[in-house]
Amino acid sequence: MTAPIEVTGSDAEAQPEAVLAGIDRKAIQGRSLWQIAWLRLKRDKVALIGGGIVVFLILVAIFGPFLVQDPNVFHQNLNDPTFNRPKYGFWHSGISGDHWLGVEPSNGRDMLARIVHGARVSLLVAFCATLLSVVIGVVLGVVAGYFGGWVDTIISRAMDVFLAFPLLLFAIALVGVLADASVFGLSGNGLRIWVLMFVIGFFNWPYIGRIIRGQTLSLREREFVDAARSMGAGSFYILFRELLPNLVAPILVYSTLLIPTNILFEAALSFLGVGVIPPKPSWGGMLSQAVSTYSVAPMFMVIPGLAIFITVLAFNLFGDGLRDALDPRAK
Amino acid sequence: MNKIRPLAVLAAGVVVSAGLAACGGGDDGGSGSGPGYNSAIDKIVNTSDKKGGTLRLADSDDFDSPDPGNTYYAWSQNFARLYGRGLTTFKPAAGKDSLQVVPDLATGLGTPSDGGKTWTYKLRTGVQYDDGTTVTSKDVKYAVERSNFSDELQLGPKYFKQYLIDNPTPYKGPYKDKSPEGLKSIETPDDNTIVFKLKQAFSEFDYLVGMSQTIPVPQAKDTGLKYESAIVSSGPYKVDSYQRGKVMTLSRNTHWRQDTDPIRKALPDKIELQLKQNADDIDNRLLSGALDMDVTGVGVQAGTQAKVLNADQKPYVDNPYQGFLRFMSLNVNVKPLDNVHCRTAVQYATDKVAAQSAYGGPLAGGDVATTVLPPSVDGYRKFDLYPQKYQSAGGVDQATLDKAKQELAACGKPQGFTTKISARSDRPKEVAMAQAIQQGLAKVGIKVDIVQFPAGDYFNKYVGAPKYVHDHGIGMMLMAWAADWPTGYGFLSQITDGRAIKPSGGNNLAELNEKSINDAFDAAISNTDKAARTKAYGDIDEAIMKQAVEVPLIYAKALLYRPKNVTNAGITLGYGGMYDYLNMGVTK
Repeated sequence: MTAPIEVTGSDAEAQPEAVLAGIDRKAIQGRSLWQIAWLRLKRDKVALIGGGIVVFLILVAIFGPFLVQDPNVFHQNLNDPTFNRPKYGFWHSGISGDHWLGVEPSNGRDMLARIVHGARVSLLVAFCATLLSVVIGVVLGVVAGYFGGWVDTIISRAMDVFLAFPLLLFAIALVGVLADASVFGLSGNGLRIWVLMFVIGFFNWPYIGRIIRGQTLSLREREFVDAARSMGAGSFYILFRELLPNLVAPILVYSTLLIPTNILFEAALSFLGVGVIPPKPSWGGMLSQAVSTYSVAPMFMVIPGLAIFITVLAFNLFGDGLRDALDPRAK
Repeated sequence: MNKIRPLAVLAAGVVVSAGLAACGGGDDGGSGSGPGYNSAIDKIVNTSDKKGGTLRLADSDDFDSPDPGNTYYAWSQNFARLYGRGLTTFKPAAGKDSLQVVPDLATGLGTPSDGGKTWTYKLRTGVQYDDGTTVTSKDVKYAVERSNFSDELQLGPKYFKQYLIDNPTPYKGPYKDKSPEGLKSIETPDDNTIVFKLKQAFSEFDYLVGMSQTIPVPQAKDTGLKYESAIVSSGPYKVDSYQRGKVMTLSRNTHWRQDTDPIRKALPDKIELQLKQNADDIDNRLLSGALDMDVTGVGVQAGTQAKVLNADQKPYVDNPYQGFLRFMSLNVNVKPLDNVHCRTAVQYATDKVAAQSAYGGPLAGGDVATTVLPPSVDGYRKFDLYPQKYQSAGGVDQATLDKAKQELAACGKPQGFTTKISARSDRPKEVAMAQAIQQGLAKVGIKVDIVQFPAGDYFNKYVGAPKYVHDHGIGMMLMAWAADWPTGYGFLSQITDGRAIKPSGGNNLAELNEKSINDAFDAAISNTDKAARTKAYGDIDEAIMKQAVEVPLIYAKALLYRPKNVTNAGITLGYGGMYDYLNMGVTK
């Protein structure tokens, strides 16, 4: 039989090191989960585009309102009274050099300004609501999963209750009750935005709570938790120093995927007339206004629809990419 | 009692924006060969006496009930006259003539006595139901009793209950009270005479008995709520079938005789009303000739408006007033609107043209209003106490704004003030209107916050409840109003008479309670001279506008399509600006 490999060196045992040394000495390094994830994410062009749009939208929401016109100024001279739609632009959109996305039918308010101001409302509500859901969901999920027993039973049943809650109806009722109220010194739109954040955030926590609970159930049986416990670590330490860091990846992924859901929810509430109070613009509110004029001024419906569509898609693409990058097994 | 007709409510939701038909209303704008744009507004077009054919009608919804004693919809009252004859009705004519009340089942209009507190009607002889039995005055009395006093039939108006003298022990309606005399204030001395005894002098009683509630119902055939599917006809058509949500078909009542009925022509052999049809589909079928009429008469859909604008179709379009006013009430008990100068400032600074656009523009929305009474109501007089001028770029011009500022200064608020404006949250156009008013008033420093309430509770819980309005400082309230009968009293009394203020569910949102105006209402309604009443309503309108409590915004209009197949098409104002169905026929 011939030798399987041809040995040329004098010391076969030393060979792997020598081979590696010959290739690249710097290549052997510990890579953290985040570095690996970033490398994977960089290769995912679709997710990067999504992420880019997300960053752009956030910048628009923060700085955009300072750059556009007043969204509440009427330009009635741009309105064709016969058809009650903009006089100019393709599809009677009113798009012109002064109004890049056209104007609203009947009153001629600038669409670009309203979209940009609407982005601020949409993103603010969606981010804050997501934050609230995630904080509540993670804390209760970790506690339920780690302690088990009656704690788990109580929290899990609470989740069931919240999941069975008719959220949309509750939101409509609550906003109705608070239509003209003054709470904590807040009234009008200031109050309305907080109510939206609270309703959307507070009732959405069980979704992420369940995921975190499930992850915690499997993590708490792992060796490093046993090790920590055997070394005398307290529950608090194990929960927040041992378990939580290992849950960052799913938290991040599901947060990113929860944001578009919340954007849609905010739009739905605005569409139903229980979102922000006009004349403050919101995407859902614009869509609902457009329902009665879609046949004569279709762009009025297309533009806020596209804004919602692009935003939700971008967050979803980015969230999917992030999940693939952080947890390739889930693919 | 008097509330906006459900039809008007419906119209508010259905009439969609997207104006129509350029070049100013009124003239024949099309080049087609039809009778012409707006031609059915003041005359009957396509007049014909040709009998036969099937009149095909459709409705995107359904009746509240086809039972003449249990319906409030204006179109349903218009339509019910095909299978029932009330004591009086509106003259089958177009325009102003249609506001005239003429006898129908009665031989003449009512004879008042006791200073207008007692009204006597004589019935025509020989009028028969579709089963051949003879109509008697007892059936009319029974019809009024069941429709106004029973707990079972709740959908219709209750004016008879409001105005007729009640029994010593309150009368509970014929289903509970089986006593043979029933309501004692309606007397039937013989089979052809009926006498109504009222609590107060009421000169417009002929309008009340023109409602479908005086269409006779034989007691033996009444089945309460189920009567709607077994209606006994006293008109030229009998109801072959009524299936809720599907269809209603009428065919000739062989016992109806032309010699007993001077106002009806009874042209088609059959009438078919399809219910719960898709609204856009109805329009398309109207345009293609597969349908003769949209029975609700609230106008074509937004998408259709562009189609009926083109030169071929425009001669078949009418753009009538719908009989109701969209306006803003300024509450006299909310500071600083308790001061007439502050209210006057609002009158000048309100951008009515922007409000008009918000509601659909001049064609689908309506005309800019300056009076509380709309032009389609008896008593309307054209005047404008707060004339405004508009800039070409939109908005009230500087001179008008200056007048508003002077008034603000006189009110002690030269920098303007802050208040709230209410709108119904489920009426996007009303909310858009609130925004238009908001941006207009901002130009003189009047800062307005919009508050929205659901339409279902708008009057019961919110703006119709003075305590709520005062507690929440809602100075301005948007609403729309139509009369149940088209006179100044029918229109104005519920919204501007101080005695119409209620703890909740009221319609006098401004809480106007001027003794001179209240007295003027009493004087007018007890005056039997029609011309004097008509003048008095115009005077009351001016007196209200002097108080500046109501800001009239638009006289509502709609675009109606009249297919060429339809004969005797004319707009009746008696039912709020829709085609009169009484003598409508078809060419094929």
